[in-house]
Amino acid sequence: MAVPLSWYMLLSLAVFSIGVFGFLSRRNIIIMLMSIELMLNGVNINLIALSHYIQDLRGQILAFFVIAVAAAEAAIGLAIVIAMFRNRATAHVDEIKEMQG
Amino acid sequence: MANMELQWYHVLIPFLPLTGFIINILLGREVTRYKAHWFAVSSVFGSWLCALATLQDVLAGKIIDADLYTWIISGTFKVGVGFLIDPLTAVMLIVVTTCATLIHIYAIGYMHGDTGYYRFFAYLNLFTFCMLMLVMGNNFLQLYFGWEGVGLCSYFLIGYYFNKKSAADAGKKAFIVNRFGDFGFGIGVFMVFLTFGTLHYADVFANVNSIAGKTVDFLGFNVDLPTLIALLLFCGAVGKSAQIPLHVWLPDAMEGPTPVSALIHAATMVTAGVFLVARCNPIFNLSEIAMNTVAIIGALTMFFAATIAITQNDIKRIIAFSTCSHLGYMFLACGVGAYAAGIFHLYTHAFFKALLFLAAGSVIHAVHTNNIQFMGGLKKYMPITYAVFVIAGLSAGGFPGLSGFFSKDEIIWSAYASHSSVGKFVWILALAGAFFTPFYTFRLIFRTFFGEYRGGLAAEEAATHAHSSSHSSSHDSHSSGHDPHGHGSSSHGSGHDSHGGHGPHESPYIMTVPLMFLAIGAVAAGWVGIPPLLGGGNHFAHFLQPVVGHPEFHATHAEEWGVMILSTTIALIGLGLSAFMYLRKTDLPERISKQFSLLYKILYNKYYVDEFYNLTIVQPTLKLANKILVGFTDAKIIEGIVNGVPNLIGIFSQKLRRLQTGIAHHYAIFMAAGAVFIVALIILLS
Amino acid sequence: MVSIGFFIYFAFAIVVLSLLVVTRKNPVHSVLWMLLLFFHIAGLYLFLNAEFMAAIQVIVYAGGILVLFLFVVLLMNLREELSIGKYTTFGPTGFTFALGLFVAVSMSLSSFIAAPPGKYSIDLIKQETHIKALGKLLYTEFIYPFEVASLILLVAMIGAIVLAKRRLKS
Repeated sequence: MAVPLSWYMLLSLAVFSIGVFGFLSRRNIIIMLMSIELMLNGVNINLIALSHYIQDLRGQILAFFVIAVAAAEAAIGLAIVIAMFRNRATAHVDEIKEMQG
Repeated sequence: MANMELQWYHVLIPFLPLTGFIINILLGREVTRYKAHWFAVSSVFGSWLCALATLQDVLAGKIIDADLYTWIISGTFKVGVGFLIDPLTAVMLIVVTTCATLIHIYAIGYMHGDTGYYRFFAYLNLFTFCMLMLVMGNNFLQLYFGWEGVGLCSYFLIGYYFNKKSAADAGKKAFIVNRFGDFGFGIGVFMVFLTFGTLHYADVFANVNSIAGKTVDFLGFNVDLPTLIALLLFCGAVGKSAQIPLHVWLPDAMEGPTPVSALIHAATMVTAGVFLVARCNPIFNLSEIAMNTVAIIGALTMFFAATIAITQNDIKRIIAFSTCSHLGYMFLACGVGAYAAGIFHLYTHAFFKALLFLAAGSVIHAVHTNNIQFMGGLKKYMPITYAVFVIAGLSAGGFPGLSGFFSKDEIIWSAYASHSSVGKFVWILALAGAFFTPFYTFRLIFRTFFGEYRGGLAAEEAATHAHSSSHSSSHDSHSSGHDPHGHGSSSHGSGHDSHGGHGPHESPYIMTVPLMFLAIGAVAAGWVGIPPLLGGGNHFAHFLQPVVGHPEFHATHAEEWGVMILSTTIALIGLGLSAFMYLRKTDLPERISKQFSLLYKILYNKYYVDEFYNLTIVQPTLKLANKILVGFTDAKIIEGIVNGVPNLIGIFSQKLRRLQTGIAHHYAIFMAAGAVFIVALIILLS
Repeated sequence: MVSIGFFIYFAFAIVVLSLLVVTRKNPVHSVLWMLLLFFHIAGLYLFLNAEFMAAIQVIVYAGGILVLFLFVVLLMNLREELSIGKYTTFGPTGFTFALGLFVAVSMSLSSFIAAPPGKYSIDLIKQETHIKALGKLLYTEFIYPFEVASLILLVAMIGAIVLAKRRLKS
């Protein structure tokens, strides 16, 4: 008996939601970035599962691009973290209020 | 007529000058600077060579009508950038590129050392490009593009000395006056599209007979469709070619540098109107009213401009009025159906009028004033300029054997022999014009080159000071405005320094050599159109016949001889009278002007047309603008909106800025809330 | 049955590891849990006949991105992190919204309609091998996005250097 598609979708949703939770609640910016990676991975699971079940490789291609963009995003994000840490000596997002209107 | 594919050299004709323009306008300030003429002249020269190759194709009986690029597609509306090269275009190409090349070369000397050197050549190149696009276009929209393009360049170049108020004003005047004409022209193009559903010449002219006799509702009036279209198109021609009542801009346009006057305001741009009428001849032929309007406006302009030219003192203005007058001749010819004669005159006129202007520029270059009252006796200082000036003057005056003679005679004969109901009327005016043209041209020559040298700029400045308090009838505000070039070039490196007591000098070779080439044109250009009566074949008219047709004349050879002898005699009388008044009895002009002081004043003030327009159009517009636009619309509505909107935004943003807490989590939560909301909405709605 | 068993194990591990990642106080621990998590996700991909994606997951994520994270964490030397609360004041709100999202989307799962199957059946992929099929698609139909992705990576690289570089005192 094969695993139903909806199980995979539920799993991907769970990973994504955990990512959302982490992003919304943690104060450490590195953990927030990791939460973003979690969300992207949740999406990737969904894409690849669908690609398998619909028998169309384009889902995997999309996942491939997601990984590429995630790598770029991580590099830039962490560079920003370093620049910010150098200026403010903190990694806590709630201490940064420069953008206040 | 065989059709032919578009060749590379056809395409290069307009785009070479465009390249020159782009190079000079982008790199001129930093790189090309005083070497700007290398690109400018070589590009125009290249397009001249291409034009010669094209002429050869056309002479071999080929016609090219090809689209280069589709510009706009919108429903049934489709226009491309395309070229139509037929005999008419070929003639225009030769005229434009030849004059442009020689004048570009001349400008190297004339503009030498000017701070805007590269700018000048860039605009001149751009002008050449636009003019070539105008004459080569195969549809009305491209014609309109070129039309507006040359107008824009004309504005740039009239106002070239933009820190001089009179020049800047003259540029604006030219632009605004042209707008009146172009408005009509634009509507005319719309009408063409509405009527024919296409803007391509070939399609329009092929179906032109289908609109004959149709009427259309225009502003509540039931008017004849061909008449309406023809008159609207002619509106543009009136503006661009400085015909009554929109002629007022051309004399003021003389504020531009002299090469500009020669190229744009004599040889090429102002003749675009004639080209338009000739190009649209199938439409004009359908409407007798339109044809008569063209003929009468041409004749009147020719006559009035010629009479004004008699009294003017500014050397360039005299030639400008002469241009007006000759353009009138061309329209007159088109109006009586002799399009070939009109185009023939356009072609010869380009040479002798460009020559007159450039020679005048050479004179101005030497004496630094535009006022002929302070010239005189230049014959011995500037022999080359003198010689070419006389050649140009004879050609313009219609002296037998020269270019101007053949074309002018052709026009006068066409006016006499045509079936046009106004033919005889315009013929009389044309004869009068034949008298005035040599008269004022030689008045100019005698005043400039004969007698004693009357001091140039220094004398004029002294006179201006002396007269400044008293009433000065010999000076209006325009004629004292000499070419600013005179001031800027006092120490430029042409090797000639005309200051310091001794008399003026001949211009450098870079200026006189183009004059000589143009002089050859002024003499010989007309020989391609010698009428059969004098043993020629009138090849020119036969060449153009496929495009503009040939008017049918019913007149005997005796009549033709009679008309020719009559017009020549009249021209010679004009020349003789001029010689008598300005060489022999030099006090006679003064006495005549005293005797007929009213007439003299009217002529001197150009029939008060400028004043009339000022009173009826400019002042009311200004008043209206001040009262309504400035006082109410601007102060209350526009200012109210302009100030009110920011205030409103300020109030709102003061409230809204509280949303911008600067805390990243707030934004993140808003995003998540939005996502949840959208998903919930999808579930609830599905 | 075996496959379901395996799936249940992997799914359970992934969820638990994800939770561990977002709830650890020490970022170093988070990163290490995440490493384990990515291996499990790669294992899941193998079930889905996506060997290449599994390999990429291990190489790029575990080998590249996580090492980057680890470096930054070590570089910043966050000692005080351990002494103060790990959640912001929005912790409960965040939890609510994440839960809300989970519930809302899982409710909509039942209305999912799969698209008609494409031509890349498991047999075809097995016959052609996964990497070849993927590569063919990537270098023909998706060549432009592929090139754009390379450009994005280049921009990211330059951007990261510019941002992280210490400003030179002028």
